[in-house]
Amino acid sequence: MREFTFHRAASVADLPAGATIIAGGTNLLDLMKLEVIAPEALVDITRLPLDRVEPEGEGLRIGALVRNSDLAAHPTVRRDYPVLSRALLAGASGQLRNMATTGGNLMQRTRCPYFYDRRMACNKRDPGAGCAAIGGVTRNHAILGASDHCIATYPGDMAVALRALDAVVEIDGPSPRRVPLADFHLLPGDTPHVETVLQPGEIITAVILPAPVGGQQRYRKVRDRASYAFALVSVAAVVGMDGGRISHAALAFGGVAHKPWRDPEVESLLLGREPSDALFHEAAEILLRPAQAHGENAFKIPLLRRALMATLRDATGMETTA
Amino acid sequence: MTRHLRVDGPTHDDRLDQMAQGVIGQPLNRLEGPLKVSGRATYAAEARPRDLAYGVLVQAAIPAGTVLDIGDAPGALAVIQDKRMIRYAAQGLDQKGPTSGPDRVEYMGQSIALVVAETFEAARHAAQTIAVRYKPEEVPVDPESVTPELPPKKQSAAGDVDKAMREAAFALDRVWRTPSQMAAAMEPHAAIAEWDGDHVTIRAALQMLSSNRKQMADALGIRESKLRLLSPYVGGGFGSKLGINAEAVAAAIAARELGRPVMVAMTRQQVFDLAHRRSETRQRIRLACDAGGRLTGIGHDVLVSTLPGSEFTEPVAQATPFTYQAAHRQVVHAVARIHRGCAGSVRAPGEAVGVTVFECAMDELADMAGIDPVDLRLKNIPDVEPTTGRPFSSHKLAEALREGAKRFGWSDRRPTGQRAEGEWFIGMGMAAAVRVNMLQESRARVTLVQDGHAIVETDMTDIGTGTYTILGQLAAEMLGLPPDRVEVRLGDTQFPPASGSGGSFGAASSGNSVFLACEEIRGQIAKAMGCNEADLTLQDGMARAGNIVRSLSELVNGTITGEGHLQPGKTEKSHRQATWGSHWAEVAVNRWTGEVRVRRMMGVFACGRVLNEKTARSQCLGGMSFGIGIALTEALEHDPRDGHAVSRDLAEYHIPTHADVPALEVHFLPERDAYVGPLQAKGLGELGICGAGAAVLNAIHNACGVRVRELPATPDKIIAGMDP
Ligand SMILES: Cc1cc2nc3c(=O)[nH]c(=O)nc-3n(C[C@H](O)[C@H](O)[C@H](O)COP(=O)(O)OP(=O)(O)OC[C@H]3O[C@@H](n4cnc5c(N)ncnc54)[C@H](O)[C@@H]3O)c2cc1C
Ligand code: SF4
Repeated sequence: MREFTFHRAASVADLPAGATIIAGGTNLLDLMKLEVIAPEALVDITRLPLDRVEPEGEGLRIGALVRNSDLAAHPTVRRDYPVLSRALLAGASGQLRNMATTGGNLMQRTRCPYFYDRRMACNKRDPGAGCAAIGGVTRNHAILGASDHCIATYPGDMAVALRALDAVVEIDGPSPRRVPLADFHLLPGDTPHVETVLQPGEIITAVILPAPVGGQQRYRKVRDRASYAFALVSVAAVVGMDGGRISHAALAFGGVAHKPWRDPEVESLLLGREPSDALFHEAAEILLRPAQAHGENAFKIPLLRRALMATLRDATGMETTA
Repeated sequence: MTRHLRVDGPTHDDRLDQMAQGVIGQPLNRLEGPLKVSGRATYAAEARPRDLAYGVLVQAAIPAGTVLDIGDAPGALAVIQDKRMIRYAAQGLDQKGPTSGPDRVEYMGQSIALVVAETFEAARHAAQTIAVRYKPEEVPVDPESVTPELPPKKQSAAGDVDKAMREAAFALDRVWRTPSQMAAAMEPHAAIAEWDGDHVTIRAALQMLSSNRKQMADALGIRESKLRLLSPYVGGGFGSKLGINAEAVAAAIAARELGRPVMVAMTRQQVFDLAHRRSETRQRIRLACDAGGRLTGIGHDVLVSTLPGSEFTEPVAQATPFTYQAAHRQVVHAVARIHRGCAGSVRAPGEAVGVTVFECAMDELADMAGIDPVDLRLKNIPDVEPTTGRPFSSHKLAEALREGAKRFGWSDRRPTGQRAEGEWFIGMGMAAAVRVNMLQESRARVTLVQDGHAIVETDMTDIGTGTYTILGQLAAEMLGLPPDRVEVRLGDTQFPPASGSGGSFGAASSGNSVFLACEEIRGQIAKAMGCNEADLTLQDGMARAGNIVRSLSELVNGTITGEGHLQPGKTEKSHRQATWGSHWAEVAVNRWTGEVRVRRMMGVFACGRVLNEKTARSQCLGGMSFGIGIALTEALEHDPRDGHAVSRDLAEYHIPTHADVPALEVHFLPERDAYVGPLQAKGLGELGICGAGAAVLNAIHNACGVRVRELPATPDKIIAGMDP
């Protein structure tokens, strides 16, 4: 770990230029110890008044410092946005969730093991250095939206649910703005080190949820052990039914791309149709048409199809029995 | 006086059962438990001598070659590259230090130097960023890419397995693969070295102090008498601390050079690079049987790997020669010399993966022959060791199988793929458990003090297994004292040299030495009482013989000291010694995602006398959890190009979590093994692992019809075998 200065921010206006934000520290400190990143200045934002969950219009405004545990347990979230609660509880461990914040969770870095290992070439850590993951151990890498420069995934769970809920990210800084979560994370392209639209000097202050849409809400996360493992693939689903037909479908996918993945074509196929295996197969075909395996992660293609089939059956009231 | 015993014959008198205190076998709590849970037990890296400096190992960034030069580390106290620094850890029981010379690199991540600084953070920064120039070499890193060695002593054959296979009613011939695995103990390796003149004291995380002292003295080039090792508390070993490792040697060298105490603690990632890994294995199993399910041929061909020049190779087929009967048999043990991290002992070397795979093969054969898996095993239990004709010291496999089947409800098992709940297929599986039993030379000193308390001293370690507790219990039983009147001092080479903790031999070996020391003391008390030792009853601080009753404080003038010295003897050769058991598992397999959840698991074990039912049970719980890990989650992945350990932290190397481990049930079969010393107790720590994973894997097949032969059985491998 390199030496750094530490400043505790008293207000959002008090963020020193060029300082790296530390919130729960559960990701940042690991990266600093390994010197994957080596900020010269840290600004601790945990004293800022951003730790509230409050109504906003018909929706909900979640402060950037609301802890994952508190958000998952919040009665309104549990009642109106259960997919968010479920996704949060499927992530990390109880101890980590007690520390992890909403803003930090959105900003968490990939778990590509080559990114964490300074001996290995990595375009994300060191732009232009090359990508050691390609041709290496690629079990947790992307099948959708990757590039020749980077095949890493965004590893988080919460953001996958937020994507299905059409959340919006509130950003403060020189030019305060709101950005749909859909546009917040970026695909790697040839600049994998640029992961979000957040600019230096900007801070996430909140995440806004639109009015609840009801429906059946599911978060299905498939992982290598029962707890405390990142998703191999995950599916967040918000599905409404009307008269035996699908009236609302919002599906987001985790563990498969550099950002929470969503495909409007898949959803429009489902709308107005009666649930059936044939329909769901077709949906999976569309979803996976652009999928590309990189060695060991080829299994994610059938696994994502299976996870989608199961989630859709479950959310539309079909049997999922063995 | 020292009471010495070489175990040359049976011990039929159940001395411990005749004692009066009644504490042996009792489920007493761990003596040091309160210290550990309140943070008062000081582990290796927790001492803070004055003026302590911090060292961090510099690691090679190439798989093989020569280190040409190492740059400066601004802000550091020293960059030390000393030719005595070792390249990899010593193996358990080695009498010498391992290969030294850090200018040669044999695997990626090897220690090549040490940076010392005033803080750990500064040292780590320097170690991570220091410039190193290498002359790299091309080396193989894939065990299946090289022509393996076939060490002649490790091959064995009788009859003709090929012929048996051709003539069999049922013949199975399949290949399994298991990945590299790590001990992944909670406490990372660490050492603090402090010199006083030419005498050095090293606090370290070690399992076997008396051999560690020899290795360390040899590595440093000093006399053993100039070296004291302290390991009073060790946060888990599982084999990874059997031999000295790079951090302790480097700490001693640096402390000498700087003239102040130096601590070297490995980071978690360094533990994955530098501690021994269990070799990956390829295992081809051939089984031939007649129509009635009697085995006629057994073949076990094994491929393992390690570094060139390293002697230890995973003894995968160790139990194969004596577990089941068959006229035709062959063991092939091939060794690939490659440049992945050094291979060594990791929890139950050999059987952990060998029995697991073999028991999967037995399940496949049972399936093929249409015989119940329990019956197939019962039909093939030998009367004597098949390869040598030696008798078994005791044999409880059949009883463990019958008892387990009854307790687990085996008769409720349905045919493959016939049971489901919701989206989960449900299945049951079982496997035999077997592990070789060993004793090691061990010494202990016991002092009985006039006020009616006793002190046990030995350089034995307690690596979280309960050694403090059972040695205290033994002395309490033998000397007739309440357990809280016995103080146990361990983990210091100034005490008599013990077996150390490893290979499941620790409890029985060190326990026998304490038993002998106490017998010596009992002899002296009997003399003071004027009776035969055999007629002496000691209980609650009182001595009784016939109708003479006296308190120990009257009999002991000051202190009485006895030493015990146990050596393994002829029974090692005259009898095949092993522990036995059976594993049972019920699993659920998700019909969509291939995820596996173990719903219940049970083990029935026979390990001779149980010294403390609670600590013994805990050992089995740990072992069975490791079995779940072997079956479902654990894999140290190696980069295909340079062999480096990729999954090198506890987020990526998947030890089973609580959510992966259901309530586990453990039953012990009452047993006294006469051929393993007067305690009649055998090793237990590792038995719970051996075969446990097979019960899980066999249950997966029973649930959904999928056989996974490349472990671990992660969701990708399950769905590969499922209907779309
Ligand atoms: C072992 C382990 C397992 C895990 N498993 C999972 C899992 O299964 N699923 C999952 O989803 N997550 C998992 N996580 C990740 C965990 O959720 C994140 O580490 C956590 O959410 C980060 O939040 P934090 O507040 O601690 O962020 P920090 O570590 O403090 O910061 C992370 C990043 O966000 C930036 N940042 C923080 N707050 C703001 C803000 N308000 N505005 C702008 N930038 C900000 C920081 O500068 C930094 O770059 C795991 C983590 C670990 C260590
Ligand atoms: S996949 Fe991306 S994060 Fe991983 S090594 Fe390549 S560039 Fe780096």
